[in-house]
Amino acid sequence: MMVFALILIVIFSFAFEPTAEETRRIAGGLLWIAFTFAGILGLSRSFARETTNECLQGLLLTPAGPGAVYLGKLASNVAFMLAAEAVVLPIFAVFYNIGLGSRFPWLAGILLLGTWGFASVSTTFSAITANTRMRELMLPLLVLPISVPLLIAMVEATATWIAGEPMREAYLWLQLMTGFDIIFTVASLLLFPYIVEE
Amino acid sequence: MGKRTWNLAGALLPAITAALLLIAFYVVFLEVPTERTMGVIQRIFYVHVPSAWISFFAFFVVFVSSLAYLATGQARWDWAAVSAAEIGLVYCSIVLTTGPLWAKPVWGIWWTWDARLTSTLVLFMIYVAYLLLRNAVSDPSRRANLAAAVGIIGFLDVPIVYMSIRWWRTQHPQPVIAGGAGSGLDPEMWRGFLWCLAAFLSLFAWYFRERYRMERMRAELESLQREMSPRP
Repeated sequence: MMVFALILIVIFSFAFEPTAEETRRIAGGLLWIAFTFAGILGLSRSFARETTNECLQGLLLTPAGPGAVYLGKLASNVAFMLAAEAVVLPIFAVFYNIGLGSRFPWLAGILLLGTWGFASVSTTFSAITANTRMRELMLPLLVLPISVPLLIAMVEATATWIAGEPMREAYLWLQLMTGFDIIFTVASLLLFPYIVEE
Repeated sequence: MGKRTWNLAGALLPAITAALLLIAFYVVFLEVPTERTMGVIQRIFYVHVPSAWISFFAFFVVFVSSLAYLATGQARWDWAAVSAAEIGLVYCSIVLTTGPLWAKPVWGIWWTWDARLTSTLVLFMIYVAYLLLRNAVSDPSRRANLAAAVGIIGFLDVPIVYMSIRWWRTQHPQPVIAGGAGSGLDPEMWRGFLWCLAAFLSLFAWYFRERYRMERMRAELESLQREMSPRP
């Protein structure tokens, strides 16, 4: 996941002149494309891994219940994605000449909200596609259109941060991300029992 | 719906649809006044807007059927969901093709990343993915469960998509857009519009009935095949 995100960022620097002012404005978008594409690749294995030896059924038989399985998967996926982001972000900042500076807590907040929302949708769809044909292709087809609002919010909020504008202007996007996270985490929790039902 | 109403609908719907379509096209092409600034091209409106309404309605049917399927576990709700999704996509394609045809001469561009256009496109992609997912699962009850989950999540997403794109776009200067139709429609135009809406709605009902029947037969065939083939 991490290496893939790094490679994407290097490839972007061939497509877009990394030091130009223009690129500074789209850097937020580049960063999130790298994170989400890498995330999707990593997360597509999330439930497929559990299909051998009926492992998922075993997990569901534990007294914890399907909701706990979903939240556990979600938490681990968020953790993995954040870990990858923590490595890629400083390298990205070096390549694209972006100071992480004093306002870093804001960026951390954006990353956390965005990653949570993206992982909540991807985890659900990873469970949905685990037993389908062409799993690797199905997952992005489902996740990306559903995540459009989140992607817009993440990119806009990050762009505000990179441009050094007051973060007040990004409140709307932060609210949108929070709303998205809540709605899809709750909807996934409710739907998850049906998704894993045999 | 009772069996008799169902059969009656099958007999009557094609005739009603044909009649309504003829009337609607007569009214739209021969009676309704030509719009002053846009000219003849504005008549696309009578196909474009009813199709958009009906495609949203169809996706709403998918949502309700999906909920009903998860609540009851009856296969017929799944058949209804897939039928509505397919027809909704057909109408959505009509919207997405007539839209640019209308936009080019009027706005001077084929496409603009406006809230409504973009959300319709995203909607289209969500339901294409919905149908692709159905194709990728072979076990019927599993397929129904998974598809219902996608049908519900997809529909929940629609208002969020719309709001996000509206905020996204209104933060930037608007592209050159002559304000859309709808701000005060001529009574004659309303007449054309309502005839078209009725015709397209009836077409939807007919398609839906036939598609649902097909899905039911396919499900029967599938279960017969499973009975015949020896279990592994």
